[in-house]
Amino acid sequence: MSRFLLPLTIFGIIVGFLAVGLTLNPREIPSPLIGKAAPAFSLPQLHDESKTFSLDEMKGQVWLLNFWASWCSGCKTEHPVLMDLARSGAVPIYGMDYKDQRGEALAWLDQWGNPYQIVAVDAAGRVGIDYGVYGVPETYVIDKQGVIRYKQIGPLDDETVAKKILPLVKELQAQ
Amino acid sequence: MKWMIVLLLVSGSAWAGEARPMGDDPAVEARLKQLASELRCLVCQNQTLADSNAPLAEDLRREVREMIAKNMSDQEIIEFLVSRYGDFVLYRPPFKTTTVLLWAGPFVLVVGGGVALAVTLRRRQHMIRDAMMTEEERRQVERLLSQR
Repeated sequence: MSRFLLPLTIFGIIVGFLAVGLTLNPREIPSPLIGKAAPAFSLPQLHDESKTFSLDEMKGQVWLLNFWASWCSGCKTEHPVLMDLARSGAVPIYGMDYKDQRGEALAWLDQWGNPYQIVAVDAAGRVGIDYGVYGVPETYVIDKQGVIRYKQIGPLDDETVAKKILPLVKELQAQ
Repeated sequence: MKWMIVLLLVSGSAWAGEARPMGDDPAVEARLKQLASELRCLVCQNQTLADSNAPLAEDLRREVREMIAKNMSDQEIIEFLVSRYGDFVLYRPPFKTTTVLLWAGPFVLVVGGGVALAVTLRRRQHMIRDAMMTEEERRQVERLLSQR
């Protein structure tokens, strides 16, 4: 009996490791930017090319920065969640139109609704690289001092908003 | 037959033209290639930045190409990417507390396996030595053998 004990223990440990591995999402790469200052940018706005939107304008506010694109299917999945959040008025959402065509982005917002206060245009994807974006949609929670406090990789859902985003936003707004 | 060969040659050269690297300076391209083969594409995670055709990989190659043109060192370029995407972009992550298992794991397994093998072999040797016959059994063997 005891001669089976050791192999069985090793087997158990391997199964344990594999079971944990199965529940992890390999696409979720921890961002080194959390707790660091959000990279500065100043970009033209989607709705009015002559105006710009820059990071400096957001000092003193807790806000969400949502990278999206009209070609991105995950953004469509996420969109109703953003609309609900925008309607609730809990936190302002700013959009970053990532590597997109202006006309298509505007048509997309016309068709599905616009949850954003302002949408900036990152046509070349350079601001995306500064923020470590590797697949839209990605959403950042940025605090009053302009520090990134949370990064959501992939679409937001109701549960993530209720359990992670809103409590964090409340905490940051109270600071 | 002849025109087929001509067609093949023409189409071959046309294809080679498309595959030409985007940059003009061969020295920049060589450094880019060498750097990009050490970096991981974040979209297709098992491809290097040099191999991947993902749009993000193209953008990152463009960034690296520009940094090379600005005469930045390999160290600075790698730091630029790590500060944005984390150690995950490196195919050779640094040795830290979070990567101890990654670096030391194989050696621990080899040593552990070696020790287990040595212990098992030694035990077996004992088992062979233990298989001694009693005097009674020896007599029985001799009796059986002499019966023929």
